Amino acid sequence: MLKVRGLHSGYGRIEALHGVDVDVEAGEIMTVVGANGAGKTTLLMTVCGHPRAWSGEVLFEGRDITGLPMFEIGRLGIAHVPEGRHIFPRMTVLENLQMGGYAVDPRHFDADLQRVLAYFPQLGNRLSQRGGTLSGGEQQMLAIGRALISRPRMLLLDEPSLGLAPLVVRQLFDIIADINRDERMTVFLIEQNAFQALRLAHRACIMVNGRITTRGTGAELLADPAVQAAYLEGAAPSAEEAP
Amino acid sequence: MTIDIFLQQLVNGLTLGAFYGLIALGYTMVYGIIGMINFAHGDIYMVGAFISLIGFLLFSALGVASVPVAILLVLVVAMVFTAVYGWAVERIAYRPLRGSQRLAPLISAIGMSIVLQNFVQLTQGARVKPLPPMVQGGYRFTLGTDAHLNVSLLQALIVFLTVALMAGFTYIIRRTPLGRAQRATEQDATMAALLGVNVNRTISITFIIGASLAAVAGLMATLYYGVIDFFIGFVAGIKAFTAAVLGGIGSLPGAMLGGLVIGMIESFWPVYFDLAYRDVAVFGVLVLVLIFRPSGLLGRPEIEKV
Repeated sequence: MLKVRGLHSGYGRIEALHGVDVDVEAGEIMTVVGANGAGKTTLLMTVCGHPRAWSGEVLFEGRDITGLPMFEIGRLGIAHVPEGRHIFPRMTVLENLQMGGYAVDPRHFDADLQRVLAYFPQLGNRLSQRGGTLSGGEQQMLAIGRALISRPRMLLLDEPSLGLAPLVVRQLFDIIADINRDERMTVFLIEQNAFQALRLAHRACIMVNGRITTRGTGAELLADPAVQAAYLEGAAPSAEEAP
Repeated sequence: MTIDIFLQQLVNGLTLGAFYGLIALGYTMVYGIIGMINFAHGDIYMVGAFISLIGFLLFSALGVASVPVAILLVLVVAMVFTAVYGWAVERIAYRPLRGSQRLAPLISAIGMSIVLQNFVQLTQGARVKPLPPMVQGGYRFTLGTDAHLNVSLLQALIVFLTVALMAGFTYIIRRTPLGRAQRATEQDATMAALLGVNVNRTISITFIIGASLAAVAGLMATLYYGVIDFFIGFVAGIKAFTAAVLGGIGSLPGAMLGGLVIGMIESFWPVYFDLAYRDVAVFGVLVLVLIFRPSGLLGRPEIEKV
């Protein structure tokens, strides 16, 4: 569904991605894990056209979207839940969700709203509250809900666990799994929380310093001693392999 | 001060406040969405006044005899053409500088202000342009012996039109997808783009709305004062900008309230004090508000969780 080929990208004159190849197949949960500053967020943002790719290409459903403006990519059925959620703070929860449906036929909105509230019933009580006043977990739910309202075929999730309590993270990842299963939603997940991400993912890869170093199924990487040492705290430590 | 003078100044202040409020909306919207002060906005208002004047002459030459029809036609023409100016200013002078340091578009705006003034001065001449009074008559209310309140038809028209425009405009911003897209762009442009909002187009629309509101103010000035020249945008612009800051820059109700406050100060000051110090009073109030309420009357900084 999404093919990234030889992608180079960065900010100013600093290159952050040094030739990245990633495929995301329809209906799967694909995850990229890696440390802070590995280029995970840059990868996801470059797919959405901000920053622009320096070279290489991004294909979505066979179409080259590398040069498209951000808002057109957003209308193709790619919904991005960015790092830090990016809720519109001075708009109500309902208005935030309506923004999710900005590029969609408004006749779908009521049904889509019910669909989202089924996943995140908590949001239902908060529809008239301003987005900026929600807790971190609720904001993350709202960000995912807003993405779902746009009727995407692929969901890009950037660090949904960031700054959330472990229990909330568990809950959130269960819901992501539900969305993937119930709606056959393709999910491209970027995470630092490698354990949760790998547990969830069908396929996964590891990113180090702007390059993909390891690929496999989620279970394979979870069992890989090198991965355990580097990314899974407390599991089979082996000091010399840590980067 | 007797009640009749008080009420009379209230009506006059309301009329003035309507002007300033309409222009101030343009300042505050643009500031809200791209965080810059559009110093050419006062001159957009001036352009609107000239287009209105030309429109009146044109339609009377074409034989439009009915005053209400003429005003309606000129209103539409002035809004459309002034909007083109507002759009072009953004497209030419601000958009290429987006993403550069904050000072660059500010200087560019001052440049556009000079360009517009000189353009009108060159093409229309530097002399003051008169327009014969078109809307005459009004209402006279008797409040007692020797106490009257005069509300001219034009004042009523100005206030009515402003209230209608502001109501419609508030509805657009609060309730329509376009308004939501504008607010979303204002709060987080990157996120808005990710959701499919064409940010450049949304910013253009903001300039178009701001300019067409300024055009209405320009039309009103042409009718109300009967004389215009290429320099009227400067003082009106500064005062409307003051209104926007007074009300809390970025806040739409704030701009309307700020306009009203400035209008009231301007109309009541000469009743008590020397007319020559009127502008000093206006800007003095601005200084006081900025000292005691730095974010303006309604521009409350939001408390947000991060």
